[in-house]
Amino acid sequence: MAVTVKTFASASEAAGALSSDRSARYLGGGTLVMRALNEGDVAISTVVRAQDQALTRIDASGPRITLGAGVTFARILADRDLGFLHAPARSIGGPAVRNMGTVGGNLFAPNPYGDFTVALLALDATVAVAGAFGARDIGVEEFLQARDRQPGTLVLSISCTRPVSSEAFRYRKIARIKPKGGSVITLAAHLPISGGRIAGARIALGSMAPTQIRARAAERALEGRSLDAATIAAAASAATEGTSPPDNALGSAWYRREIVGVHLRRLLSGQE
Amino acid sequence: MLELRKDIFADERDDNLKEIGKGTQRQDMLGHVTGTSSYFNDHKLQGMLHLKVVRSTQAHARIRRIDTAEAERSAGVRRIIRGADVPVNLNTLLSLINFGKDDEPSLAVDKVRYKGEPVVAIVADSEREAFEAIAKVRIDYEPLPAVFDVEDALKPGAPVVNETYPKNTFTYHETYDHQRLRFGDADAALATADHVLEQRYQMSPIEHAPTETNGAIAAPDTNGRFVVYTSTQALFFSVDTCAKILDVPSNTFHFIGGTVGGGFGGKVDTLTEPLAILGAMLTGKPVRYVFGREEEMQYGPPRGAERIYIKDGVMRDGRIVARKILAYFDSGAYTRLSSYAAVKCAAHLPGPYTIPNVYGDVYCVFTNRTPATAMRGFGVTAMDFAIECQMDKLAHLINMDPMEFRILNAYRDGDMKAHRREAKNTALIECVQVAAEKAKWPLREEFKRASSRKDGGGSRAVIPPTPADASRARPTAPAQQRTSYDRLPPTVTREPPREPPPPVPPPPSPRPPAPSHGATRFSSVFGTRRR
Amino acid sequence: MSKIPLQFRHNGRDVAIFVDGGTNLLVALRELIGDMTPKFGCGQGGCGTCSVLIDGELHLSCLTLAETVAGRSVETLDGMKQGPNLHPLQRAFADNFAAQCGYCTPGMLMAAKALLDRNPSPSRDEVIEAISGNICRCTGYEPIINAILAAAGGRVSA
Ligand SMILES: Cc1cc2nc3c(=O)[nH]c(=O)nc-3n(C[C@H](O)[C@H](O)[C@H](O)COP(=O)(O)OP(=O)(O)OC[C@H]3O[C@@H](n4cnc5c(N)ncnc54)[C@H](O)[C@@H]3O)c2cc1C
Ligand code: FES
Ligand code: FES
Repeated sequence: MAVTVKTFASASEAAGALSSDRSARYLGGGTLVMRALNEGDVAISTVVRAQDQALTRIDASGPRITLGAGVTFARILADRDLGFLHAPARSIGGPAVRNMGTVGGNLFAPNPYGDFTVALLALDATVAVAGAFGARDIGVEEFLQARDRQPGTLVLSISCTRPVSSEAFRYRKIARIKPKGGSVITLAAHLPISGGRIAGARIALGSMAPTQIRARAAERALEGRSLDAATIAAAASAATEGTSPPDNALGSAWYRREIVGVHLRRLLSGQE
Repeated sequence: MLELRKDIFADERDDNLKEIGKGTQRQDMLGHVTGTSSYFNDHKLQGMLHLKVVRSTQAHARIRRIDTAEAERSAGVRRIIRGADVPVNLNTLLSLINFGKDDEPSLAVDKVRYKGEPVVAIVADSEREAFEAIAKVRIDYEPLPAVFDVEDALKPGAPVVNETYPKNTFTYHETYDHQRLRFGDADAALATADHVLEQRYQMSPIEHAPTETNGAIAAPDTNGRFVVYTSTQALFFSVDTCAKILDVPSNTFHFIGGTVGGGFGGKVDTLTEPLAILGAMLTGKPVRYVFGREEEMQYGPPRGAERIYIKDGVMRDGRIVARKILAYFDSGAYTRLSSYAAVKCAAHLPGPYTIPNVYGDVYCVFTNRTPATAMRGFGVTAMDFAIECQMDKLAHLINMDPMEFRILNAYRDGDMKAHRREAKNTALIECVQVAAEKAKWPLREEFKRASSRKDGGGSRAVIPPTPADASRARPTAPAQQRTSYDRLPPTVTREPPREPPPPVPPPPSPRPPAPSHGATRFSSVFGTRRR
Repeated sequence: MSKIPLQFRHNGRDVAIFVDGGTNLLVALRELIGDMTPKFGCGQGGCGTCSVLIDGELHLSCLTLAETVAGRSVETLDGMKQGPNLHPLQRAFADNFAAQCGYCTPGMLMAAKALLDRNPSPSRDEVIEAISGNICRCTGYEPIINAILAAAGGRVSA
């Protein structure tokens, strides 16, 4: 039995098809879906596509930006208004993967992937989804926690507020192969400063748990303080709290725990 | 560009050669840059079917039952192939040159011996349909204790991996469980050496990762023959292996190979051709069997793991007086080519150095790991790694420059090697000198003046008295005595060394009398024999 | 079993084929159109030897659902020669010993073309970035990088 491909003009029709069929997968850029089919994953028997223009729209004019789920990393890199997202977009795959892979698909990419989502998590992004119960907006953290329990939802778009300055948002991916390679760990930090103090610190980590997570203890160490050496040291030493990193070919859980604080310190102190 | 150092090798080569020493274009380059070079998979055959195998999920298990009933009914399935369908379902690659016993089935029958071992083959209209059928095959396994470590495999009571070799070691010349090298009296020399250094080295398996995965397409031809397009690196070897497994004359096949998408040793095992041809025989259609990337990486044969113990005796003046080596090749569950790797390894001892007392034991060991095969520097790479690490450590131990230390101990023309053959055309000294020059590494004058052509032979050409070691205890894996090279903190104790197996009877060593007629030939597999 | 009709431009010519659901572009090109220049190395996006240009952009054909190229333009190594002459990149690869087994070469050339088509004089780092999704197990990357730089600099024999 071949795979059935269902192509719809509108996102809502695609959402309907997706929610009614357990063996259906939505096709974003296909970099993971096609890979699964090529390796003989017979759990997928239907592929759902949507040709809805809304899914590939970028709205980056105002302080709040919205990316359609089907926007590729190459398009983000080509958009000057999205400069704050260039580092995470550039850290993904090689050029072909960036031409194909989408922001929406990245929300579902398992370890050692999902780097862009680490950035979105630090930016407190909102995910617009269409599911069996209609369309709604949910926070990206909540989305990630529920992700594997709720198959069949279609992501329409992702939005977040633009950081006030380039200093306020930082991203770092540790990989063994440069310039391309799966993540050993990935870190993103959003550090809005108000009156010389950090207000609303967000630290997100990739490859430190089954999904991307926030490093809440590190955030607490930063909150309400100025970004000085003592604060940075306190945040770095709290980086492993609440993590459960995987053991894989790119690094052991032990190794990840050892290095996450070091890289958080470098990220926060602006060190290369 | 290759540079021949005329200052060193003045008499090595004529200068008026037309091709050698000149740059030249590869004859296949135009095909490569236009994409027209033809690889095995670049053949579009009408009605081609696809073969995939069901692989063992267990490292070591008895097969209780194989149920393919549901898979047979799966859409697009043309044929299910089981072990019983393979005409000669037991083979070993080097049986073609009478080396080793048949030990490996094409499809496992009673037992699986490594995770990923093929058990059932499915021929279907499309790859997808083959995958769907694979998911419907039920295999009932009774798990057996598995062994993954070479030294564990040699312990008394270890699980028997492969019944063909019940001691978990390959059998050489129908008698010996390892390769043995004895030259001089290493133990006596170690006892009088100024320093003794014992170290353990371990190399993991290494995957060749060719860009093109292993594969073959077999198609019925006219006159009952079969055309086979294959990625093999060893075309004639593969032809004969298939003829043996399928029990037909080798001229049944028309093998077409040639352009291989990277091999490095990983495409000599003839893994895909026999089943592809059998599939074509049973269905009358062209059949393709190509490894997916995951199969290639997980179950394609790697360069095998090796564990090596080296114990050296060195004098304060830098001379190495004794070298004892104990090496284990991890062959995985079947022999493939590791038996031969161990022979090559033994032939390489003690490295390119003139050492008057050498003692070597090299084992080819079976474990429940993926069968290993050839790879560049076959049998020698890990040993060289170990020996050269050891050389650096020895130099450090006696406070000598590592380059000069190598020059001092390097073999020279006329020296006697541990195999009782005279060293000829040696050039290690010159290599070290040139390397030092390029690296701007200072050498003392006397070492700059040293030459492979000078000061060899003489007392260095003597074969020392060598005690027969029948009664002598087998060298034990050395205790992990700490040296300044061990990076572990002193409080950490390592696992105690494992006892090697009891000794085997010594080889009946008298050489057959030289034949009165006909030449003798030396083969690293068979030793010296008549032509 | 239902087949899906598919039309697209292949190296400047219109082609029409019928594909099975789920067929990837690599299989469509090789087995249905007969263009054997893109190769299968992994089917996972990891090796890049199946690289093609879709509307001028570098894509991995093994990870492209064939139907998604309907009405679009697909370029492969088969279309690179300029009439009877080699493209400067092909010439540069040959002159600089940038291939051994040749299996990665089709993908390398397409990745290089994608780069030079929009950036005719790239830096060394840009070349490295451009071929970072392509694996070569034989040649080593230096000759490949040098070949691409030579093609870009016009330092190629005619
Ligand atoms: C060689 C290679 C290198 C890679 N390197 C990286 C890397 O460095 N970093 C990294 O993060 N990732 C990497 N990836 C993984 C992947 O390419 C990216 O994560 C990409 O963002 C996935 O997006 P996609 O659109 O291709 O996903 P798809 O394959 O289309 O989909 C992936 C999953 O998400 C679901 N999905 C996709 N879009 C939606 C949607 N709109 N709504 C609901 N579900 C959806 C699909 O159903 C599927 O389950 C790599 C992949 C490859 C092959
Ligand atoms: S075959 Fe497509 S990337 Fe390897
Ligand atoms: S030339 Fe063999 S993979 Fe590049």
